Amino acid sequence: MYLLDALSTPAQYLPIAIQFAFGVLFVAGMIAISHFLGPKRNTSDKLDTFESGIEQIGNARQPMAIKYFLVAILFVLFDVEVIFFYPYALNFKSLGWEGFAAVCMFVTFFFAGFFYIYKKGALKWED
Amino acid sequence: MLLSLFTDWAFLLEKLTLVVAVVSIGLVVAMYSTWAERKVAGALQDRPGPNRAGWFGLLQPFADAIKLFSKEDIIPSKSNKILFVLGPGLAMLAAVMTSAVIPWGDKIVIAGREITLQVSDLDLGVLYVFAVVAMGVYGVMIGGWASNNKFSLLAAIRGASQNISYELAMGLSLIALLFLTGTLSLKGIVVGQQENGWNILYQPLGFLLFLVCAFAECNRTPFDLPEAENELNFGYHQEYSSMKLGFYLFAEYINMFMSSVLMATLYFGGYDIPFFNEAASTLNPTILGLLGFGALMTKTVLFILFFMWVRWTIPRFRYDQLMDLGWKKLLPLALINMLITAVVVLVKEYGWPW
Amino acid sequence: MGATQIIFWILSIVAVFSAIMVITRKNPVYSVLYLIITFFAISGHYVLMNAQFLAIVNIIVYAGAILVLFLFVLMLMNLNKESEPKKNKFMLWASAFAGGLLLYVLLAAVHTAHIENVKGIHVGNIGLVSELGKALFTTYVVPFEITSILFLSAMVGAVVIGKKD
Repeated sequence: MYLLDALSTPAQYLPIAIQFAFGVLFVAGMIAISHFLGPKRNTSDKLDTFESGIEQIGNARQPMAIKYFLVAILFVLFDVEVIFFYPYALNFKSLGWEGFAAVCMFVTFFFAGFFYIYKKGALKWED
Repeated sequence: MLLSLFTDWAFLLEKLTLVVAVVSIGLVVAMYSTWAERKVAGALQDRPGPNRAGWFGLLQPFADAIKLFSKEDIIPSKSNKILFVLGPGLAMLAAVMTSAVIPWGDKIVIAGREITLQVSDLDLGVLYVFAVVAMGVYGVMIGGWASNNKFSLLAAIRGASQNISYELAMGLSLIALLFLTGTLSLKGIVVGQQENGWNILYQPLGFLLFLVCAFAECNRTPFDLPEAENELNFGYHQEYSSMKLGFYLFAEYINMFMSSVLMATLYFGGYDIPFFNEAASTLNPTILGLLGFGALMTKTVLFILFFMWVRWTIPRFRYDQLMDLGWKKLLPLALINMLITAVVVLVKEYGWPW
Repeated sequence: MGATQIIFWILSIVAVFSAIMVITRKNPVYSVLYLIITFFAISGHYVLMNAQFLAIVNIIVYAGAILVLFLFVLMLMNLNKESEPKKNKFMLWASAFAGGLLLYVLLAAVHTAHIENVKGIHVGNIGLVSELGKALFTTYVVPFEITSILFLSAMVGAVVIGKKD
């Protein structure tokens, strides 16, 4: 009996869970093995942070540039918009021109937003 | 339903074998990619490349693995120790998970039991891949932050920004493909291509966009800014040693392998053998399945070689150029490609609306 | 107890445990990581209910996008000072009151809900992406368009916050 030939059911995710469990075991095992193999001769200099041989001043937990934050927040917005296209793509033949009109309106707003952030210079990396 | 699956030991055993096989294939191909990378680099730079360990240096990956295992495992004193170990683990785990939805071949028959060469044919296969790619960001970010090294942190944030920026264009270029296939299942996409011809014929621009995004997602040259040695010493894995470093490097090669398989599956017919009608053939299904697997691997190896060829040919982008390309060029292009594809398909289906 | 129920209980325990860990960790990076585990457990629940699209989108959008943003924000902040900002007694009581009100509303909603309306586990296909698309682009097409305006305003907000001029 081949159960997965049935329609879309949660059972399809069972093999994924098996692969996940296998992946976790594999990764944990490898890290543990490599931890026990190999020499252990720790010195304070060796365990120090390497910054090109220059002594570290302060530590790395310092504020980063805001532009990375801006990229991340724009990514969240655009990502959600992209996700909306997936259900459409699967039904788009049966939805015909009416569905396409709805999506065109959505894309217009998408482009309007894109044009706005483009003109405002939010995508410009060098200030 | 689920209970009957649990009691179906043969089913569980089949899937477990398949999982082990699929993960091992990924690891072996990644291992030999490191060898091939050096061989290709050697060929392009007119030198022999690795040739001491075994015939043609074929044992080189094993020598590397033994070396990485026997190196001292350093956890810097100023790092966050738990997250420092978690980082490479997450990177490797995300790399290993992609292969679950890829159809490696049609099916083979062992002892009267049909075995589909796919761990799970999810209805949402493409979205699943997308989700795993999204998870790949964490390995880099956690590892870079936990190192407590300024270079690592900068590289990690660079890498994460780059990955998320190119994910958008990647998602949009796939939607144009989905208009043609009408399914998110990777198996369904391959079967559709066997009937209607490869998707590359209908989606050349979409493929190009996907290719560029795949390069960026794998942190491969020309997009290897998280590992830009001249700016960041060594990149986000600067503080790592031993197999943890090995995991980061390995995850990258597995990702390259997986993107090659994906490109072959989505745009180049997957396990479809060119100029050969599988449905009409009278071959034994097992032989046919293995031939299909061979076809997929051939396409994949060609893509991997292309990845390497590009790496040793093209110099690295500047970071602002990279962001410009991702946001200002690829994203609008992918959107326009999507709309044009939609209009063409709808006109073919229903004619003009007026 | 069937296998589905066993999975349900495991997922529930993982979800609740990691949710508690989210709010009790001192280091916000750990909180974010536990939140990822919570989202994965919730996605597991969605899969059990056959809401597959929701499960994957939950991972892509919440675990893959919003939590990356959280991590970025944490890295933007200065995490060196172990001490939290000055605790305001009034704020503490106000937040406890607000949280209590929310709990009350939730309990009231659960209390008045009709149990027979709750669908059994993985009954129906409305959670599948094709069914969802049909509903979204026919019945709910107007809310769908309104979300695009919402996105536009969110973009304006992000640019106003992130850009100086």
